[in-house]
Amino acid sequence: MFSYYLNLALRSLRRNIVLTSLMVSSLALGVGSCICMLTVLRLLAGDPLPGLSAHIFFPEIDPQPATGYVPGQAKPMDAFTYVDAMNLLRTRKAHRQSAVSGFKAKIVPQSGNLDPFFTNGVMATADFFPMFGVPFRYGSGWSRSDDDGAVPVVVIADYVNDKLFGGVDSVGRMVRIGERDFRVVGVLRHWAPQPRFYSGGGYGQGDGVFLPLQSALAAGMSTQYFDCYVQGDQRDLRTAPCVWLGVWLQLDSEADAQTYQAFLTHYVGQQIRQGRFVRSDVALLGLTTWLRDEQMVPEDVRQLTRLAFGFLLICVVNTVGLLLAKCLRRAREIGVRRALGASRATIFAQFMVEAGIIGLAGGVLGLAFAQLGLWAIRHEPAEYAPLAHLDVRMFAMTFAIALVSSLVAGMLPAWRACRISPAIQVKEG
Amino acid sequence: MTPEFRHVLSSLRAHRVPALLVIFEIALACAVLCNAVFMIGQRMSDMHLPNAIDEQGIVVVSMRGGDAAGAAGSVPRDLEALRSIAGVQAAGSVTSVPLDNNGQNDAFGTSPDARMEDAASVTLEYSFLGEGADKALGLHLLQGRFFTAEEYANSSLRPELMPRSHVAIITQSLAQRIWPGQSAIGKVMYSKPLWYTVVGVIADVLCSNDAVRSGGDRGFYYGAFFPIDPAGSVGAFSPANPQTNYVLRSLPAERDRVLGEAVRRLKQLNPAAVIQAKRFTDVRDQYFADNASVAITLAVICVIMLLVTAFGIVGLTSFWVRQRRRQIGIRRAIGASRRQVVYYFQTENFLLSTIGVMLGMALAFGINLYLMQHYQMQHMPWYYLPAGALTLWLLGQLAVLGPALRAAQVPPMVATRAA
Repeated sequence: MFSYYLNLALRSLRRNIVLTSLMVSSLALGVGSCICMLTVLRLLAGDPLPGLSAHIFFPEIDPQPATGYVPGQAKPMDAFTYVDAMNLLRTRKAHRQSAVSGFKAKIVPQSGNLDPFFTNGVMATADFFPMFGVPFRYGSGWSRSDDDGAVPVVVIADYVNDKLFGGVDSVGRMVRIGERDFRVVGVLRHWAPQPRFYSGGGYGQGDGVFLPLQSALAAGMSTQYFDCYVQGDQRDLRTAPCVWLGVWLQLDSEADAQTYQAFLTHYVGQQIRQGRFVRSDVALLGLTTWLRDEQMVPEDVRQLTRLAFGFLLICVVNTVGLLLAKCLRRAREIGVRRALGASRATIFAQFMVEAGIIGLAGGVLGLAFAQLGLWAIRHEPAEYAPLAHLDVRMFAMTFAIALVSSLVAGMLPAWRACRISPAIQVKEG
Repeated sequence: MTPEFRHVLSSLRAHRVPALLVIFEIALACAVLCNAVFMIGQRMSDMHLPNAIDEQGIVVVSMRGGDAAGAAGSVPRDLEALRSIAGVQAAGSVTSVPLDNNGQNDAFGTSPDARMEDAASVTLEYSFLGEGADKALGLHLLQGRFFTAEEYANSSLRPELMPRSHVAIITQSLAQRIWPGQSAIGKVMYSKPLWYTVVGVIADVLCSNDAVRSGGDRGFYYGAFFPIDPAGSVGAFSPANPQTNYVLRSLPAERDRVLGEAVRRLKQLNPAAVIQAKRFTDVRDQYFADNASVAITLAVICVIMLLVTAFGIVGLTSFWVRQRRRQIGIRRAIGASRRQVVYYFQTENFLLSTIGVMLGMALAFGINLYLMQHYQMQHMPWYYLPAGALTLWLLGQLAVLGPALRAAQVPPMVATRAA
């Protein structure tokens, strides 16, 4: 039966090539632009740590002075002073915890004729690697005693290892960063969370070097971003009234999170009693909430995605209109089929098959349009642009969107068609 | 007119669903078009904000990670080498240039007790100028004066990483924001324990910091400059990783040659440093790159959307025409001219478009309100609505012309044949 409908549908579509191609291309344009925008949105707003993000938390406290403070309405600061970060880390109240900051690392190659170059660097404490599930090709992260002893060790990314050591196991070799030598203890496999949420955001190939926080500070490295809440001595960020460290926690259950929240409140209370703090607001945000809170995803992309869906809606309405026009035109054919014994369900099915074919064709063409669009996006100067590739899920989604759109679009005409009464049409003919 | 309208109305009543679809499609297209064009407009106007420096003549050379210990003496030496390049009119060191996202921000008030954290303090973006950088940037002085040699020499850094000398130059917009309706010259801005006397007001220079830009209508221009003694301050901000920016000014025609020569000379003098040079126009383009690509994407979507809408109208009207061949034939047979047939379809489309754009304008307004409430969207000026409506009206009339002309070709004979 289905093959018969298929045959009928193909015949009918062939009969009016112009109209068919209008329907297919209109649907394809809508689907194509939607997929393009969704791909970019998923790239930018996806989960940076699939499978782990549910257990990753970011605490917030507020060291700002009393000026302008309205209890309960203030938003805690989104980073930590060195003092508070170290206090929290020392208590080890979470399953894992790390203080993290981004910096610009100047790598000075010691062999060959490579020029010095800059790469994104991370200064962090030992738990960073197990907490974020960072995969290693060679070696491993550093230990807590390396943290405490400010031992000059470094973990390098795969692409830095390729550049400096030709991709071989470089554990034990030295890398010069700034003016100091650091011993390689680990080489990563490809690891590039999008965005780089733990070090100021941004997209791309991930960070190049990872240093123990204390070792980096001992070598005079300084964070990229800091935010001072009062005027004060800023020469040493360890004592400055400035926030610049992120504290990341792994809390494995809801109960753990509640316990930590209570601990934060207790900590802030303690600081208030000591006269260090005035404000008592605390927050404990899950990674996804935190990403939204920090508005890490460019608002532009959300706007464009909404617009693309508006456009898809227009394309669907357009297809409904054209299918309907086609069905009205075929009233007589339907009348004859009904008179010859076809049931309403049969006519409905026949029209839905026809709509489905248009959907599939729209999907294939939409895929081509999406590829074209993504190709154009990859040539944009934006940071995330080179990462915009169609993945398997988006590929499947293209067909799903196209098919669902066309079936929805086909519903009304099919329903109209199956209600055509046989007698009148035959008589008129 | 009246009988024509009546015909159209009664015929539309007979084809309610397709008519509604056309209306719906036009309404949607109108709503999306208004909002998209508004978004394009916003981005374009940001991109074309004026900036009172010599944008066409400036080259910015950044030098990172040089020899920290020797850096103190290297700035005067580097500047001397840069100034001797043929075609360089001025050169100076700066901590950041407008729109390079390296500017720092602080907040100042007008009373001696004002602190940076006070709600009344105005957040501004600042950068430090070394001697000669005012000329190199081409800052345009409106009132007062630039810094003196003595002020530059006395500007080593305090522990707060701000200069010890107590002078500042601010933009016109910032002066108006802090001291509305008064001259800012000689006034003092405070951020306890810091205080700076305004010695000069310059024409507006762009800022890049979001916190500064959101501070007011003209927040894009809340900028200030302080003098700095470059020899005494290199590496103060990041000891292990000193960064110096040199600004070079030349005639636009010589700019690219100056850029190449500057990199060559600095590399020779500072073999350990990583040196990058850019024309200021590239700095600006890079800052607005996202705006530009969003505007282009929006424009492409708009054009395709209008095309699709036009195709839809052409498709539907063509079928209407075919379906009504007999009626058209009858009308022709009883005396309607070809013009009248064309006019009939145009009237029909006009009627549908009018209802569509009315709904569309309401929808566009609603979408804008919704986006304003839930996202950082500005209020859409009213004229976007009639402009969008007019576009779709014209598009509708254009799209209907083809099918209508074909309808006019239907011979009156058709009426006499069986359908």
